[in-house]
Amino acid sequence: MARRPLPEINSSSMADIAFMLLIFFLVATTMDTDKGLFRTLPPFVPAEEQEQIKVIEKNLFVVFLNKNDNLMIEKKLGRIEDLQTKCIDFLTNMNNDAADTKVPGYEVVDIPLLGGPQRVTKAIVSIQNDRGSSYDKYIEVQNEIVAAFNVVRDKYSRKFFYKKFDELQEDEQKAIKDLLPQRISEAEPKNIGGK
Amino acid sequence: MAKIRKGGKKTPPPISTASLPDIVFMLLFFFMVSTVMRESTLMVKKPQLPQATEITKLEKKSLVSNIYVSPPVTEYEALFGTQPVIQLNDAIEDIAQVGVFIQKEREARNPNERDFMTVSLKADSETKMGIISDIKMELRKVNALKLNYAALDK
Repeated sequence: MARRPLPEINSSSMADIAFMLLIFFLVATTMDTDKGLFRTLPPFVPAEEQEQIKVIEKNLFVVFLNKNDNLMIEKKLGRIEDLQTKCIDFLTNMNNDAADTKVPGYEVVDIPLLGGPQRVTKAIVSIQNDRGSSYDKYIEVQNEIVAAFNVVRDKYSRKFFYKKFDELQEDEQKAIKDLLPQRISEAEPKNIGGK
Repeated sequence: MAKIRKGGKKTPPPISTASLPDIVFMLLFFFMVSTVMRESTLMVKKPQLPQATEITKLEKKSLVSNIYVSPPVTEYEALFGTQPVIQLNDAIEDIAQVGVFIQKEREARNPNERDFMTVSLKADSETKMGIISDIKMELRKVNALKLNYAALDK
Protein backbone atom coordinates (compact mmCIF):
# COMPACT_ATOMS: atom_id res chain seq x y z
CA MET A 1 0.00 0.00 0.00
CA ALA A 2 1.54 3.31 -0.99
CA ARG A 3 1.98 5.57 1.97
CA ARG A 4 -0.57 8.28 2.00
CA PRO A 5 1.08 11.67 2.07
CA LEU A 6 0.74 13.10 5.56
CA PRO A 7 -2.08 15.65 5.78
CA GLU A 8 -0.76 19.17 5.92
CA ILE A 9 -1.11 21.09 9.17
CA ASN A 10 -3.95 23.49 8.77
CA SER A 11 -2.39 26.96 8.69
CA SER A 12 -5.56 28.97 8.45
CA SER A 13 -5.20 30.20 12.04
CA MET A 14 -1.86 31.88 11.27
CA ALA A 15 -3.75 34.89 10.06
CA ASP A 16 -5.74 35.03 13.30
CA ILE A 17 -2.59 34.98 15.40
CA ALA A 18 -1.15 37.77 13.32
CA PHE A 19 -4.33 39.82 13.72
CA MET A 20 -4.18 39.41 17.49
CA LEU A 21 -0.65 40.75 17.61
CA LEU A 22 -1.55 43.61 15.31
CA ILE A 23 -4.49 44.66 17.46
CA PHE A 24 -2.29 44.58 20.53
CA PHE A 25 0.19 46.94 18.94
CA LEU A 26 -2.50 49.25 17.60
CA VAL A 27 -3.95 49.65 21.06
CA ALA A 28 -0.80 49.94 23.12
CA THR A 29 1.25 52.38 21.10
CA THR A 30 1.05 55.89 19.79
CA MET A 31 2.52 57.58 16.74
CA ASP A 32 3.36 60.71 18.74
CA THR A 33 6.66 62.11 17.63
CA ASP A 34 7.92 64.38 20.31
CA LYS A 35 8.78 67.62 18.68
CA GLY A 36 8.62 71.07 20.08
CA LEU A 37 10.11 74.47 20.73
CA PHE A 38 13.19 74.11 22.85
CA ARG A 39 13.75 76.82 25.47
CA THR A 40 16.11 76.96 28.44
CA LEU A 41 14.52 78.60 31.46
CA PRO A 42 16.50 81.12 33.51
CA PRO A 43 17.59 79.82 36.92
CA PHE A 44 15.45 80.73 39.85
CA VAL A 45 16.62 83.50 42.09
CA PRO A 46 14.65 84.01 45.32
CA ALA A 47 13.32 87.51 45.75
CA GLU A 48 15.79 88.50 48.47
CA GLU A 49 18.83 87.73 46.38
CA GLN A 50 17.58 89.37 43.25
CA GLU A 51 19.80 92.33 42.60
CA GLN A 52 18.55 95.02 40.35
CA ILE A 53 20.54 94.63 37.19
CA LYS A 54 20.81 97.96 35.53
CA VAL A 55 19.63 97.65 32.00
CA ILE A 56 19.90 100.55 29.67
CA GLU A 57 16.55 101.05 28.05
CA LYS A 58 17.83 101.31 24.52
CA ASN A 59 19.30 97.80 24.72
CA LEU A 60 15.94 96.34 25.54
CA PHE A 61 13.52 95.03 22.92
CA VAL A 62 10.22 94.86 24.74
CA VAL A 63 7.47 92.53 23.54
CA PHE A 64 4.25 92.66 25.50
CA LEU A 65 1.24 90.40 25.13
CA ASN A 66 -1.90 91.41 26.99
CA LYS A 67 -4.85 89.30 28.02
CA ASN A 68 -6.69 90.00 24.77
CA ASP A 69 -3.71 88.69 22.84
CA ASN A 70 -2.83 92.12 21.48
CA LEU A 71 0.83 92.43 20.74
CA MET A 72 2.91 95.47 21.64
CA ILE A 73 6.39 95.73 20.16
CA GLU A 74 8.63 98.42 21.62
CA LYS A 75 5.69 100.27 23.16
CA LYS A 76 3.73 100.44 19.92
CA LEU A 77 0.92 98.17 18.79
CA GLY A 78 2.28 95.66 16.37
CA ARG A 79 1.40 92.56 14.39
CA ILE A 80 2.90 89.15 14.84
CA GLU A 81 4.02 89.06 11.20
CA ASP A 82 6.27 92.06 11.77
CA LEU A 83 7.80 90.69 14.96
CA GLN A 84 10.46 88.60 13.30
CA THR A 85 11.72 91.35 10.98
CA LYS A 86 11.72 93.95 13.74
CA CYS A 87 13.61 91.61 16.03
CA ILE A 88 16.19 90.82 13.34
CA ASP A 89 16.71 94.55 12.76
CA PHE A 90 17.19 95.07 16.46
CA LEU A 91 19.74 92.29 16.73
CA THR A 92 21.82 93.28 13.72
CA ASN A 93 21.96 97.04 14.09
CA MET A 94 24.17 98.38 16.80
CA ASN A 95 26.06 101.53 17.53
CA ASN A 96 27.57 103.11 20.58
CA ASP A 97 26.12 106.49 19.91
CA ALA A 98 24.83 107.74 23.25
CA ALA A 99 22.34 110.05 21.58
CA ASP A 100 20.68 107.26 19.59
CA THR A 101 17.92 105.83 21.74
CA LYS A 102 16.58 103.26 19.31
CA VAL A 103 19.56 101.14 18.40
CA PRO A 104 21.28 98.98 21.04
CA GLY A 105 24.91 99.36 21.97
CA TYR A 106 27.67 96.88 21.43
CA GLU A 107 30.88 95.75 23.09
CA VAL A 108 34.01 94.54 21.39
CA VAL A 109 34.88 90.96 22.25
CA ASP A 110 37.80 88.96 21.01
CA ILE A 111 36.63 85.76 19.37
CA PRO A 112 39.65 83.93 17.98
CA LEU A 113 37.76 81.59 15.67
CA LEU A 114 36.13 84.49 13.88
CA GLY A 115 39.40 86.28 13.32
CA GLY A 116 39.81 88.62 16.24
CA PRO A 117 37.77 91.34 17.91
CA GLN A 118 34.11 91.45 16.90
CA ARG A 119 31.19 93.65 17.79
CA VAL A 120 28.84 91.78 20.10
CA THR A 121 25.47 93.44 20.52
CA LYS A 122 24.16 94.19 23.98
CA ALA A 123 20.59 93.62 22.86
CA ILE A 124 18.19 91.88 25.22
CA VAL A 125 14.74 90.70 24.17
CA SER A 126 12.19 90.97 26.94
CA ILE A 127 8.90 89.10 26.65
CA GLN A 128 6.11 89.87 29.04
CA ASN A 129 2.68 88.32 29.01
CA ASP A 130 -0.46 88.63 31.11
CA ARG A 131 -1.86 85.64 33.00
CA GLY A 132 -4.88 85.78 30.72
CA SER A 133 -2.98 85.62 27.43
CA SER A 134 -3.52 82.45 25.45
CA TYR A 135 -0.79 79.83 25.23
CA ASP A 136 -1.20 79.71 21.47
CA LYS A 137 -0.18 83.36 20.99
CA TYR A 138 2.61 82.98 23.53
CA ILE A 139 4.10 80.10 21.53
CA GLU A 140 3.78 82.15 18.35
CA VAL A 141 5.71 85.00 19.95
CA GLN A 142 8.37 82.61 21.27
CA ASN A 143 8.57 81.00 17.84
CA GLU A 144 9.10 84.32 16.07
CA ILE A 145 11.81 85.41 18.52
CA VAL A 146 13.66 82.10 18.27
CA ALA A 147 13.27 82.26 14.49
CA ALA A 148 14.79 85.76 14.49
CA PHE A 149 17.80 84.53 16.46
CA ASN A 150 18.21 81.55 14.16
CA VAL A 151 18.05 83.73 11.05
CA VAL A 152 20.72 86.11 12.36
CA ARG A 153 22.86 83.16 13.47
CA ASP A 154 22.62 81.64 10.02
CA LYS A 155 23.55 84.97 8.50
CA TYR A 156 26.66 85.29 10.66
CA SER A 157 27.52 81.68 10.08
CA ARG A 158 27.40 82.15 6.32
CA LYS A 159 29.40 85.34 6.56
CA PHE A 160 32.24 83.80 8.53
CA PHE A 161 32.23 80.14 7.58
CA TYR A 162 30.23 79.99 4.33
CA LYS A 163 28.05 77.27 5.81
CA LYS A 164 24.67 77.15 7.52
CA PHE A 165 24.67 77.21 11.32
CA ASP A 166 23.58 73.59 11.62
CA GLU A 167 26.48 72.41 9.48
CA LEU A 168 29.15 73.94 11.69
CA GLN A 169 31.48 72.17 14.07
CA GLU A 170 30.93 72.31 17.81
CA ASP A 171 33.52 75.05 18.47
CA GLU A 172 32.48 77.10 15.44
CA GLN A 173 28.90 76.99 16.71
CA LYS A 174 30.11 78.20 20.07
CA ALA A 175 31.93 81.08 18.42
CA ILE A 176 28.76 82.18 16.62
CA LYS A 177 26.83 81.84 19.88
CA ASP A 178 29.40 84.14 21.51
CA LEU A 179 28.89 86.59 18.67
CA LEU A 180 25.12 86.58 19.16
CA PRO A 181 24.23 85.59 22.73
CA GLN A 182 20.65 84.43 23.15
CA ARG A 183 19.52 86.95 25.74
CA ILE A 184 15.80 86.44 26.10
CA SER A 185 14.29 87.56 29.35
CA GLU A 186 10.79 86.63 30.44
CA ALA A 187 9.25 88.72 33.13
CA GLU A 188 6.71 87.50 35.67
CA PRO A 189 3.25 87.83 34.16
CA LYS A 190 1.05 90.45 35.69
CA ASN A 191 -2.60 89.90 36.35
CA ILE A 192 -4.18 93.00 34.94
CA GLY A 193 -7.92 92.73 34.67
CA GLY A 194 -8.49 89.45 36.47
CA LYS A 195 -8.86 86.02 34.87
CA MET B 1 -4.08 10.24 -25.53
CA ALA B 2 -6.86 8.28 -24.01
CA LYS B 3 -5.03 7.95 -20.73
CA ILE B 4 -5.23 11.62 -19.91
CA ARG B 5 -8.65 12.08 -18.58
CA LYS B 6 -10.04 14.50 -16.16
CA GLY B 7 -12.28 12.83 -13.63
CA GLY B 8 -15.53 14.60 -12.91
CA LYS B 9 -16.58 18.21 -13.19
CA LYS B 10 -13.90 20.63 -12.35
CA THR B 11 -14.67 23.53 -9.98
CA PRO B 12 -12.45 26.60 -10.29
CA PRO B 13 -9.54 26.25 -7.86
CA PRO B 14 -10.06 28.08 -4.55
CA ILE B 15 -7.98 31.25 -4.09
CA SER B 16 -4.95 30.38 -2.05
CA THR B 17 -4.88 32.20 1.24
CA ALA B 18 -1.46 31.02 2.18
CA SER B 19 -0.01 34.51 1.88
CA LEU B 20 -2.59 36.24 4.08
CA PRO B 21 -0.51 35.93 7.26
CA ASP B 22 2.44 37.40 5.41
CA ILE B 23 0.47 40.49 4.53
CA VAL B 24 -0.67 40.85 8.11
CA PHE B 25 2.86 40.42 9.39
CA MET B 26 4.05 43.19 7.12
CA LEU B 27 1.43 45.54 8.53
CA LEU B 28 2.44 44.46 12.00
CA PHE B 29 6.09 45.19 11.39
CA PHE B 30 5.19 48.60 10.06
CA PHE B 31 3.35 49.43 13.26
CA MET B 32 6.09 47.99 15.44
CA VAL B 33 8.66 50.16 13.77
CA SER B 34 6.77 53.43 13.52
CA THR B 35 5.19 53.70 16.95
CA VAL B 36 6.21 54.17 20.54
CA MET B 37 4.82 52.34 23.52
CA ARG B 38 2.44 54.79 25.13
CA GLU B 39 3.71 55.67 28.57
CA SER B 40 0.63 56.95 30.28
CA THR B 41 -3.08 56.98 29.64
CA LEU B 42 -4.39 60.47 29.27
CA MET B 43 -6.86 61.51 31.91
CA VAL B 44 -7.12 64.89 30.28
CA LYS B 45 -8.38 65.48 26.77
CA LYS B 46 -5.62 65.11 24.20
CA PRO B 47 -4.19 68.62 24.03
CA GLN B 48 -4.43 70.46 20.75
CA LEU B 49 -0.79 71.46 20.40
CA PRO B 50 0.08 74.89 19.01
CA GLN B 51 2.03 75.23 15.79
CA ALA B 52 5.55 76.52 15.39
CA THR B 53 8.29 76.55 12.81
CA GLU B 54 11.45 76.39 14.93
CA ILE B 55 10.92 72.85 16.08
CA THR B 56 13.58 70.48 17.37
CA LYS B 57 13.10 66.78 17.91
CA LEU B 58 13.44 65.39 21.39
CA GLU B 59 16.50 63.21 21.39
CA LYS B 60 16.37 60.61 24.12
CA LYS B 61 12.85 59.52 24.88
CA SER B 62 13.96 57.92 28.11
CA LEU B 63 15.14 61.24 29.56
CA VAL B 64 11.90 63.10 28.93
CA SER B 65 9.27 63.81 31.57
CA ASN B 66 5.84 64.71 30.27
CA ILE B 67 3.52 67.32 31.67
CA TYR B 68 0.08 67.53 30.08
CA VAL B 69 -2.11 70.59 30.55
CA SER B 70 -5.63 70.22 29.24
CA PRO B 71 -9.26 70.08 30.42
CA PRO B 72 -10.13 66.71 31.99
CA VAL B 73 -11.78 63.92 30.06
CA THR B 74 -15.60 63.82 30.41
CA GLU B 75 -15.54 60.95 32.95
CA TYR B 76 -13.40 63.06 35.27
CA GLU B 77 -15.15 66.34 34.66
CA ALA B 78 -17.33 65.95 37.72
CA LEU B 79 -14.26 65.45 39.86
CA PHE B 80 -11.92 68.05 38.45
CA GLY B 81 -14.02 70.62 36.67
CA THR B 82 -13.79 71.93 33.14
CA GLN B 83 -10.76 74.20 33.44
CA PRO B 84 -7.41 72.90 32.26
CA VAL B 85 -5.56 70.80 34.84
CA ILE B 86 -2.08 69.41 35.06
CA GLN B 87 -1.38 65.74 34.50
CA LEU B 88 2.04 64.49 35.53
CA ASN B 89 2.76 61.18 33.82
CA ASP B 90 -0.41 59.38 34.85
CA ALA B 91 -2.24 61.29 37.54
CA ILE B 92 -3.89 64.67 37.71
CA GLU B 93 -2.06 66.75 40.27
CA ASP B 94 -2.00 70.13 41.89
CA ILE B 95 0.58 72.72 40.86
CA ALA B 96 2.53 72.20 44.08
CA GLN B 97 3.24 68.59 43.13
CA VAL B 98 5.28 69.56 40.07
CA GLY B 99 8.46 69.99 42.12
CA VAL B 100 7.99 66.64 43.82
CA PHE B 101 7.30 64.99 40.48
CA ILE B 102 10.55 66.33 39.02
CA GLN B 103 12.53 65.09 42.00
CA LYS B 104 11.01 61.63 41.63
CA GLU B 105 11.84 61.56 37.94
CA ARG B 106 15.40 62.61 38.72
CA GLU B 107 15.88 59.86 41.26
CA ALA B 108 14.58 57.27 38.85
CA ARG B 109 17.34 58.04 36.40
CA ASN B 110 21.07 57.47 36.26
CA PRO B 111 23.13 60.19 38.03
CA ASN B 112 25.21 60.98 34.95
CA GLU B 113 22.11 61.32 32.80
CA ARG B 114 20.38 63.72 35.14
CA ASP B 115 21.78 66.83 33.50
CA PHE B 116 20.28 65.84 30.18
CA MET B 117 16.75 65.49 31.41
CA THR B 118 14.19 67.59 29.59
CA VAL B 119 10.63 68.37 30.47
CA SER B 120 8.13 68.21 27.64
CA LEU B 121 5.18 70.53 28.22
CA LYS B 122 2.18 69.40 26.20
CA ALA B 123 -0.43 72.05 26.72
CA ASP B 124 -3.62 72.72 24.84
CA SER B 125 -3.33 75.78 22.65
CA GLU B 126 -6.30 77.37 24.38
CA THR B 127 -4.91 77.31 27.92
CA LYS B 128 -4.35 80.64 29.57
CA MET B 129 -0.82 81.68 30.44
CA GLY B 130 -1.53 81.78 34.17
CA ILE B 131 -1.20 78.05 34.74
CA ILE B 132 1.73 77.78 32.32
CA SER B 133 3.65 80.50 34.17
CA ASP B 134 3.04 78.70 37.45
CA ILE B 135 4.46 75.50 36.00
CA LYS B 136 7.50 77.38 34.65
CA MET B 137 8.09 78.94 38.06
CA GLU B 138 7.93 75.55 39.79
CA LEU B 139 10.36 74.08 37.26
CA ARG B 140 12.78 76.94 37.81
CA LYS B 141 12.61 76.37 41.55
CA VAL B 142 13.75 72.76 41.19
CA ASN B 143 16.33 73.71 38.58
CA ALA B 144 14.71 71.78 35.75
CA LEU B 145 15.68 74.33 33.15
CA LYS B 146 15.52 72.33 29.96
CA LEU B 147 12.01 72.87 28.73
CA ASN B 148 10.45 71.82 25.47
CA TYR B 149 7.09 73.28 24.48
CA ALA B 150 5.46 70.52 22.45
CA ALA B 151 4.22 71.88 19.15
CA LEU B 152 3.26 70.71 15.71
CA ASP B 153 5.25 71.62 12.64
CA LYS B 154 3.76 74.52 10.78
